[in-house]
Parts: sequence; structure tokens; C-alpha cells
Amino acid sequence: MKKNIYYSILFLFFIFIFSVFYLGLDKPNSYTPNESSNKNLPTFASKELFLNDEFISNNIIKNNQFTLVNIWASWCAPCRLEHSLLMDLKAKTNINIIGLNYKDKKNNAIKFLNEFGNPFEKILTDPDGTISIELGAYGVPETFLVNSKSKIIRKYIGPLKIDNISEIIRITK
Amino acid sequence: MIKLIKLILLILILILSFQKLLYANNNSLLVNKISKNLRCLICQGQSVYDSQSDFALSIKILIKNKIEEGKSEKQIYDYLKNQYGEWIVYDPEFNKKNLVLWIFPLILFTFGGLLIYRKVFIN
Repeated sequence: MKKNIYYSILFLFFIFIFSVFYLGLDKPNSYTPNESSNKNLPTFASKELFLNDEFISNNIIKNNQFTLVNIWASWCAPCRLEHSLLMDLKAKTNINIIGLNYKDKKNNAIKFLNEFGNPFEKILTDPDGTISIELGAYGVPETFLVNSKSKIIRKYIGPLKIDNISEIIRITK
Repeated sequence: MIKLIKLILLILILILSFQKLLYANNNSLLVNKISKNLRCLICQGQSVYDSQSDFALSIKILIKNKIEEGKSEKQIYDYLKNQYGEWIVYDPEFNKKNLVLWIFPLILFTFGGLLIYRKVFIN
């Protein structure tokens, strides 16, 4: 009798371990960044691309308006893909789009804007990538939707897609 | 006399420059130490120290800036954890989610010890 209990406990234990590992098989084992964010836009100082003057991040937020902060670079291929979407967004809505030029050369950035158009109200520069880290970004391209109270309400990692654009339009309307 | 002053000046300059060098070295050692404990989030399997990706390079610059601002090691880890989540550090913290992971080996160890004790000493 005692032996039976012992074996059944062992059996249940084995089943338990097996099911834990079996269910674990389905889980992705690579890191997926957290896309929801409830942080405030950090304060940072940065130089404007064209004017070269110092700019404090708090001043980019406009009252009663959403701000879209887009990290881009002229050397980044996916940025080219999403650029037409940003141009579209600029034409359709009155959202305040701010560019953050990531580890880029000024000449190349300006050439890129001349070629593809400039959807940005203001372009700040991030020559060593530290501002992007302070924003909590992984790389280029990455986009943050910020409300008028400086809260980051959406974070899009990688190039923007048409779905993202319609979501932005829906939120900001 | 002038020679002596020149000599003293030379020695002074040497001491000062070495001090600067030592100080810089100390900082970069700390940057290395911290970045070895950080996971590069976009190039997995590598630490921030090993990686040459843009992300890792920027993090290293950020760590250096924070040290120069006078932030402690723990403050820098906490800052990055707040920014990117706990996954960025290699050393997992003890919390509710991984409680079982920490406790389970201990339980097995004591249980196994008890079994052996009973087998060897009581029978």
C-alpha cells in the first residue's frame, strides 16, 4: 500500500515535470521587447539639425496635440520604407511629427530629406545614440506616440506599417 | 636655479598627466565591468561589452557619461532596468516570479539528503 502511494506520487511528479517542459516548448525563446509603455518622455538636450541650436525636449510637446517622435537615419534602409507613410500622415493629420536623426552625418540627412521629403516639424540630432537609449529605444527606426502631457502612449519598434498609421490616426483624432 | 624650476615643472606635469590617465583608466574599467553584466538586446548571446552593434556602443557611451555624472554602479543598473526591463542584466533578481526557480533546488537537496540519511543510518 505504502509502495503504491510512493509510486503514484512519483508518477504525478513525472507528469508535472513533463507538462511544464512540454508547454514550455511553445514559448518563444528569443527576447521580444515590450511594446506598451507608460513612461514619460525623458528630458534631454539636443541640437537641431538645420539651425544647430540647442533644444530642450520638453519644448517639442505642444498643448492639446499629440507628438510623434520618429528615430531615423539616412543610412537605414527600413527608414526609407516608412518615410512615405510619414509623409502621408503629415498630409492627412495635424500631428506634430518630430524627427530624431540617429548617428547620422548632417549632409547625408539633408540629402535624404531633399530626396524623400520632410515630414518633420523639427529634427533633433542624436550623434552618439545616447538620447535614443534615454528614450528606451532599441535602434532605428523606432517611433513613439506622445500625448500632450508628455506621456509615451505607444511605441513602434521597427518600420511603421499601414496598420500602425491608421492606429495613430484613430488615437489622435 | 632655472634648471631646477624646469625640472620641478616637468615632474609636476608628468604627475598630473599620469593622474589623468589613471583616472580615465579607472572609469573605463568600470564601464567594462558594467557592460559585461549587460545583455545586448538586439544581438542576443552577446554582452554589451562584446558587441559592436550601434545599440551596444551607445549604451557604453551612456554608462561612461553616467559615471562621469557621479552615478553609482547600482544606479546605472537600476536606470537601465527601468528603461529596458530586467532582461538586460545577466544577474536575475530574487522576486515572486522566479521564487520557485531559486527555492526548488534547495527543496530537492534537503529531500534527497533526508532520503540518503534514512537509507544509510536508519536501515
